[in-house]
Amino acid sequence: MAAEKSQTLFEKIWNRHVVVEEPDCPVALYIDLHLVHEVTSPQAFQGLRDQGLRLRQPSKTVATVDHSIPTTDRSLPIADPMAANQIRQLEVNCREFGIPLHGIDSPTQGIVHVIGPELGFTQPGMTIVCGDSHTATHGAFGALAFGIGTTEVQHVLAAQCLLQRKPRSFEVRIDGTLQPGVSAKDIILALIAQIGVGGGVGFVLEYTGSAIRALSMEARMTVCNMSIEAGAKAGMIAPDETTFHYLAGKPYVPQAAAWDDALKQWKQLPSDPGARFDRSVTMDASQLEPMITYGTNPGMGLPVTAPVPSPDSMPDTASQNAVRHALEYMALEPGKPLLGHPIEVVFIGSCTNSRISDLRAAAGILKGRKVSPKLRVLVVPGSQQVKRQAEQEGLPDIFRDAGCEWREPGCSMCIAMNGDELEPGQYSVSTSNRNFEGRQGKGGRTFLASPLTAAASALQGCVADVRTLL
Amino acid sequence: MEPITKITSRLVPLPNENVDTDIIVPARFLKVTDKAGMDQYLFRDWRFDEAGKPLPDFILNQPRAKGAQILLAGRNFGSGSSREHAPWALLAFGFRALLSTSFADIFQGNALKNGLLPVVIPPDVHADLFRQVEKNPNLEVTVELASQTVTLPDGKTVSFPIDNFSKQCLLAGVDQLGYLLKQESHIRAYEQSHPPRVQTTIGS
Ligand code: SF4
Repeated sequence: MAAEKSQTLFEKIWNRHVVVEEPDCPVALYIDLHLVHEVTSPQAFQGLRDQGLRLRQPSKTVATVDHSIPTTDRSLPIADPMAANQIRQLEVNCREFGIPLHGIDSPTQGIVHVIGPELGFTQPGMTIVCGDSHTATHGAFGALAFGIGTTEVQHVLAAQCLLQRKPRSFEVRIDGTLQPGVSAKDIILALIAQIGVGGGVGFVLEYTGSAIRALSMEARMTVCNMSIEAGAKAGMIAPDETTFHYLAGKPYVPQAAAWDDALKQWKQLPSDPGARFDRSVTMDASQLEPMITYGTNPGMGLPVTAPVPSPDSMPDTASQNAVRHALEYMALEPGKPLLGHPIEVVFIGSCTNSRISDLRAAAGILKGRKVSPKLRVLVVPGSQQVKRQAEQEGLPDIFRDAGCEWREPGCSMCIAMNGDELEPGQYSVSTSNRNFEGRQGKGGRTFLASPLTAAASALQGCVADVRTLL
Repeated sequence: MEPITKITSRLVPLPNENVDTDIIVPARFLKVTDKAGMDQYLFRDWRFDEAGKPLPDFILNQPRAKGAQILLAGRNFGSGSSREHAPWALLAFGFRALLSTSFADIFQGNALKNGLLPVVIPPDVHADLFRQVEKNPNLEVTVELASQTVTLPDGKTVSFPIDNFSKQCLLAGVDQLGYLLKQESHIRAYEQSHPPRVQTTIGS
């Protein structure tokens, strides 16, 4: 019987959520929390209407607007009629189906993967889904959280279950102490560079080891957030005192006796000693340098001091072509360092790096200094709550005095749906998670990096090594 | 959803590996609230110039792509975001099957749920097809779902994996939601024995 054998964190959560398992069919897996946003949901709600279905569990569903909203003055009407229509459609859908909406005027609006944890919706042991591939973020709490498509959004709305096949498990063990100037973002960029953008396909990653245990919750979210960039179904970290301390007192976590009860359950979640993983890799955190990407997928990453690789150094024709194509798009020369490469824009934000600790890290570098003239620097907090906290700490003044734009919360230039975008040919250093062609605007060229590296690059007007400023 | 049985078609080769969903449908076209007109967004920035004029070099703009139903794609096709707009756009253009050595997870699931068949073939067959199609743009293959085989131009067949559940849904052209809704009594029993973890509606 399964209960006898040592289990991983993932297996424990999976087993607890199996509703029905029939031969030759995928498992019907129960979903504890469904996060909804404006972009991937309209066709799902329409599907419910067309088929005359009701929403099964409004109280396990929560919505916000983040992808297509402007990050400028919210009292003004939305200029883009399609974005305005999409946001209006979400409001209509939430009203019709009884879903709580942390909408455009709400003090709790924000990027879906920022507000879930900060309001305490995200809890250990849960299954969490969202029509968004960065749902893995919530795995930082020891939840099984993954992104789904719009058809599956409709499945969850209608049945609160999803048909799933069990993924395999993959331990990513990271020990050692991070050097100054190196952060969670560098860990995950280094991992993806190591295993590749397809390296996690079919797996749920569990991050373990002393370097992970030493991370704050926000840093853990940064790591889990980008699991999908290695192709993984999800990424998770076992809950511990850091997790419980973060959650205590959040608005939607269990209170009083129910909290004690929850704690007891959560403490059972970590992988048992001797639990087996299907695959594993190890990394030494003390060897890591600040990382940056040079190409057009997040696996094309390097230590910031390293030269751009030559396509010929790649192991096979397909990757040689991929790197050649990427360098052409990025207009970079093999063998030359990225360090010192001029940039036009810096973007500090996104569900990877827009939380208060990210903003504090950037502000720490920018304080009392000026960003390079002609550079456009956008600082976009992940939520209204992050924004208010930053205001209390005086961060907006630091950013503005340095010459940055301090904006309203949303996805912004991570996905460039809302008008915050690069111009063709422009280079950015960005704290977001994707450097795909055109991701930050048609023809835009993205170097992904940490908030520290982004802030340092903002000061120097080119790709910079933050360690020279510490 | 249209059932899939047998697809015989010319191949449209797109050798790039790790083609991501931002390439398949750029994010700026995600502001739609329905599924209409998706084909015009497919591979938008590789297919059209600034002014919206078709770029003649791109494979989808060449006569051989017209009416073709099978895309021969580079490895790890469909990486990146969960946007279902990607399979919607591929279907709207006319594709019914994709051949590659691997597909990204979410994309593969989305494709299967929409009647677009992702077919995983061995790396040597994959490489060989690219070589052959370069010489002969009219190269045809046949994908047959019931037998889970691809019949190659030389008459040889290779088999491909697909889980039986998805296969039956595709053969019948039925949505997987129907199966899920039939599990109502199990879902209710589960809910009764598992108190909710969270109440999102409190205070709203
Ligand atoms: S910030 Fe970027 S990656 Fe995160 S949810 Fe928004 S668009 Fe997706």
